Amino acid sequence: MRIVVPLKTVPDLVEEIEFTPDGAGIDTEYLTFVLSEWDDQALEEALLVREAAGGQVVAVGLDGDPEIGQVLYTAIAKGADAAVRIAGQAGSARARSALLAAYLRRNPADLIVTGVQTVDDLDGQLAPMLAARLGLPHAGVVTGVEPGDGSVTVRQEFSGGRSQELELPLPAVIGVQAARQAPRYAPISKIRQVMAAGGIEDAAADAGEAGEGPLVRRMYAPERTTRAQMLEGGADAVAGQIVELLAARGLVKG
Amino acid sequence: MLAEHSGGTVSDSTRELLGKAAELAGGLGGTAQVAVLGPADLAGQLGGAATVLWMDHPALAGYVPQAYEVALAHLLAERSPRLLLLSNATVGLDLGAALAVLWDAPMAAYATRLAVEDGVPVATCQVLGGKALAEVELPGDRGIATVVAGSFPASPPGTGTAPEVVAVPPPPGLDGVATRLRRVIEPEAGDVDITAADVLVSVGRGIGSKDDIEIVAELADALGAALSASRPVTDNGWLPKTRQVGKSGLKVKPRAYLAFGISGAPEHLEGMRDAELIIACNTDASAPIFDVAHYGTTADLFDLVPALTERLNG
Ligand SMILES: Cc1cc2nc3c(=O)[nH]c(=O)nc-3n(C[C@H](O)[C@H](O)[C@H](O)COP(=O)(O)OP(=O)(O)OC[C@H]3O[C@@H](n4cnc5c(N)ncnc54)[C@H](O)[C@@H]3O)c2cc1C
Ligand SMILES: Nc1ncnc2c1ncn2[C@@H]1O[C@H](COP(=O)(O)O)[C@@H](O)[C@H]1O
Repeated sequence: MRIVVPLKTVPDLVEEIEFTPDGAGIDTEYLTFVLSEWDDQALEEALLVREAAGGQVVAVGLDGDPEIGQVLYTAIAKGADAAVRIAGQAGSARARSALLAAYLRRNPADLIVTGVQTVDDLDGQLAPMLAARLGLPHAGVVTGVEPGDGSVTVRQEFSGGRSQELELPLPAVIGVQAARQAPRYAPISKIRQVMAAGGIEDAAADAGEAGEGPLVRRMYAPERTTRAQMLEGGADAVAGQIVELLAARGLVKG
Repeated sequence: MLAEHSGGTVSDSTRELLGKAAELAGGLGGTAQVAVLGPADLAGQLGGAATVLWMDHPALAGYVPQAYEVALAHLLAERSPRLLLLSNATVGLDLGAALAVLWDAPMAAYATRLAVEDGVPVATCQVLGGKALAEVELPGDRGIATVVAGSFPASPPGTGTAPEVVAVPPPPGLDGVATRLRRVIEPEAGDVDITAADVLVSVGRGIGSKDDIEIVAELADALGAALSASRPVTDNGWLPKTRQVGKSGLKVKPRAYLAFGISGAPEHLEGMRDAELIIACNTDASAPIFDVAHYGTTADLFDLVPALTERLNG
């Protein structure tokens, strides 16, 4: 089974977000980019499927994504059989899906596994867009993929802890919410070794027309009207204030 | 808009879309039409809409993404609506982006506000885990928006006049749907019902490791509170799934919710924003959790949690 795992980097949300002076975008100059956490889950699930069913896992990324080289080397260090860097840049899931679909038409996969979403999916999610472009069945918010004979059975989650099992014929596209186990870790030494060995393949893809997304008027930080009142002082002083707040509502026992 | 339903009842998020759909339809000079897929007769619960477009077929007996996609693509081609509304939960995450390609429509995901301005639908969308908002237009003759739960007030069941029901013949494409629904899994009951607790001590990825869960567990004990968590904590197996608050976990409304090391992503806020008192501890002063918290602190949780426990036990 050939499993392709599209990977993407996103701004690290631990940092303060700055906006461009025209107010229409995010200023990425000082941001750190990290692998999207759901793509990390997708890679883990893909490796688990390969371990169960055999085949190969191919991690793919766009060369226009910041830090994508590091991400692809890390994927190999974690156990991906190959990594491909596709020429191109995509500012939206729509454009990304067009590039990846072009690549996948030339290099077909049995199973395409990616994250259910990324934190910058303003115009929609990659997995369903990719599936629609390729005419394949898909399912998102998946927390487990069991390989079968010419099919996969996935667990799809709903709100309130409900879920269901779907069987999809292959090829199919899956949007992973969480892998069956926490994503494995690749030691830095291993990543260094992989980097020294090289081995990322380059590929070109002709996306053609991607279609129109929404028209962005402005981007801004949420208004802080209902902002929390910040408690001042060291941890001890803050602890005292919190206990008072709770005690005033009769919520401290004893 | 699409009605989501299970067990013969429309979902809360569908009732939140109903009023908004009618309002937007008014602004665009049209009517609100609700697609109901499957055997359920839901018209009585969809008051306020003008029309129910009802389609039934064996492939629509439950929620199967491929079948819903074929059915909706057919309805969109046949009816050419100006705007399609979906909830930004599993069904909307599956279908919105797929239909954006198949129907060739611009899409706005994570919408929390929708309005018509000068005849054009305008959506305000959450991005970057709630750290930024994007105001976007859906120009042209079509568009799709997926709406975050809790953004609009829910129409109470049974309000408004019942819509006219139009039975739409299923398209032949539904006979070819090869995805199969194997089984539906109900949530497991937990050792503790976090929805019943007066006080929740809730822990997020900021805790860093399973071993450190112990310190928040001790605080919960000292407070007589139940311990809950954000999704990464349960995904990592640090706490059972039954403790998860949020979109895909449980919706809680305790008298006090203490959040430690939780950033406040939209999916988490969905589950706890209605708590009476929210106190958040996060070292990042720009974390979105502080937008819903009543009180906040940027103290390090590894200092604050033991200090709280000590005070309570002392
Ligand atoms: C379909 C779908 C459904 C989802 N359902 C849910 C759901 O039900 N519930 C849910 O919670 N999430 C859900 N998510 C995930 C959600 O998008 C976020 O990824 C998640 O809520 C983040 O959890 P977190 O805040 O614990 O982690 P992070 O976002 O990583 O935040 C950790 C925070 O801890 C802070 N921190 C770090 N160290 C310290 C310290 N020493 N002291 C104090 N603060 C510290 C950091 O500043 C950071 O803000 C869902 C996602 C999707 C796509
Ligand atoms: N027959 C169905 N039609 C539409 N959606 C369904 C159906 N069965 C299950 N679902 C999905 O399951 C969800 C149930 O979630 P909940 O409302 O939390 O119980 C609904 O919101 C739908 O997303």
